[in-house]
Amino acid sequence: MDQLLQLVLAGLATGSIYALAAIGFTLVWQTSQTINFAQGEFVMLPAILVLAAVKFLHLPLPAAVLLATGAFLLLFGFGFKKFLVDPMLRHGVLPLAIATMALSILMKEGAKDGFSAEAQQFPSLVPDGAVNLFGATLSLRDIAIFIVAVVAIVLLQLFVTRTRTGRMMQATAQNPDVAKILGIPTEQMILLTFLINAGLAVLASFLISPIYLAKFSNGEVIGTAAFIAAIVGGFNQVRGALLGGFIVGLVDNLAAAYVSSAYRAAVPLALLVLVILFKPEGLLGRKEERTV
Amino acid sequence: MTPPSPLSRLDLNLLVLLLGAAILWFVPAGMKSYGIYVISFWLVMSIAAMGLNLTLGYAGLKSLAQAAFLGIGAYTTALMTAKGGIAGPVWSWPLAFLASGALTFLAGILLGFPALRVKFHYLAFVTLAFATLMFLIFRNEQWLTGGVYGFPNIPRPTLFGVKLLNDLAFFRFLLVVTLALSVAMWWLLRSPWGRAFMALRENPLRAASLGVNLRSYTLLAFAIGAGYGGFAGALYAPMVEFIDPAPFAISASFVLLLTVVVGGQGYFLGPFLGAAFSYVLPEMLRVTGGYYLLVYAALVLALLLVSPQGLLGLVEKLRERRRVKAAQAMRDASKVMLEARP
Repeated sequence: MDQLLQLVLAGLATGSIYALAAIGFTLVWQTSQTINFAQGEFVMLPAILVLAAVKFLHLPLPAAVLLATGAFLLLFGFGFKKFLVDPMLRHGVLPLAIATMALSILMKEGAKDGFSAEAQQFPSLVPDGAVNLFGATLSLRDIAIFIVAVVAIVLLQLFVTRTRTGRMMQATAQNPDVAKILGIPTEQMILLTFLINAGLAVLASFLISPIYLAKFSNGEVIGTAAFIAAIVGGFNQVRGALLGGFIVGLVDNLAAAYVSSAYRAAVPLALLVLVILFKPEGLLGRKEERTV
Repeated sequence: MTPPSPLSRLDLNLLVLLLGAAILWFVPAGMKSYGIYVISFWLVMSIAAMGLNLTLGYAGLKSLAQAAFLGIGAYTTALMTAKGGIAGPVWSWPLAFLASGALTFLAGILLGFPALRVKFHYLAFVTLAFATLMFLIFRNEQWLTGGVYGFPNIPRPTLFGVKLLNDLAFFRFLLVVTLALSVAMWWLLRSPWGRAFMALRENPLRAASLGVNLRSYTLLAFAIGAGYGGFAGALYAPMVEFIDPAPFAISASFVLLLTVVVGGQGYFLGPFLGAAFSYVLPEMLRVTGGYYLLVYAALVLALLLVSPQGLLGLVEKLRERRRVKAAQAMRDASKVMLEARP
């Protein structure tokens, strides 16, 4: 029981990080039909950038964090849309998806060759520690991660549904043509989703790197988890991605403890296949009508 | 005006294929074993890419498991022909080759059937799941595959009583098999089946209304593509004589997909060109130290930005431009002549 509670909390903590990545993935997919195969690398890179800024520019940590965040938003929010998505999207969804695969290799190899092939310590926002709750020892860090991620997601959800800009963004995602007719600056709205995606990736990166350590190959695990979370939850829903993230995090952690640590990566994938077979629109998704 | 070439484009493809094979027969004669290895590796990956090209380029299905199929083929062949394998070494290589192709073909059907029942683009995610699972099996099931320590001593095939121990002899054998598989693929693409695959890609709804059974043809394209992955694996194992799980990981499947796109998806010769780009070029870039993957990815990105249809798409675009320019020049010339006439 004691162990189970710990595992559930750890699962929810990593799950909320997966949810951040999955939400960004979903947002970008909604507004520009981009299946971003580099999503995992998006989460891997910001932490590496921070460490690189500390190591090579000898900046203090807060300055490095600010610099890395700014550089990442500029390069992989604005630049990603402007220089990769916009030119490729004209040729269709598939070439773009393939281009993001090439980008993922580029980012991974760039991090490896430009910084380090070794896993690096990343400073945690919260000190290591534990609290006792109902007889179980719970990690303070897991609790903090869970709270930070969930607060960020709730704020995002409020922004999307309650503010004027958020609703314009939603309108752009749902029907760009009509949105344009109504006078919504759709291009700016699409750019905004890419910036939000980059921002979520930065947050996820800073939260997960203290646990997994900052390493160039982290993107594979995180990216796969984010895809699964997005599809399991329902491909076009923020709520869905959140639920999907929690489920994947929980399943992942519980499978590692109770099924087999060698096959832990296969269990969420089995879940994905089951969802695709029996509820292809995802747990919270709506059925899409087929258009001709 | 130039009259339309009497050779249709596919016949030209066959010509290039036969000519290329004839040249390649003699090319490595004076090469060191490393050079022969690089060309052999190129041929094997071309076969795997050819299969994926059928799946992606002709039928329009994204598969992220081609390296996993390659792995299934390689381990099947290893298990059937090597001493350490549970089924070896009683089986001869041709049997193992056929078994590898058949097994991956079956795996393709079992995998594609449920995915394609639901939604076409979900195949990508189901194949991703499958590829991950296969990699874990290759890595974890040490009793079967040797795990991370690898599977050693895979024998070279024996042909008509002659063991192909020599690198050059094995390369020529590989060349013949590659040629046979390529001609089979060429024939398939010209057959009504091949036409149906292309119809699927271009306009599935119209294909369906013309009586093409969408699901079975899609499934078939995917399964044949997977089978070619298995064939490639059956050649890969005796080529390297030692296999471990690394070349069959997810990232290898990504690179195979990039290979097809870089060469030009839907072009018959695309996989050969793409495989040269993805597997021969990095060998040459090895002089740059550890940066070759970085350079490779940057080149792919740049190429895709210039020409999303890959290298052969680029060639066609240039040729098209020249044709337009020639036609324009002709029009200008005739205009001058018309105006000059009183």
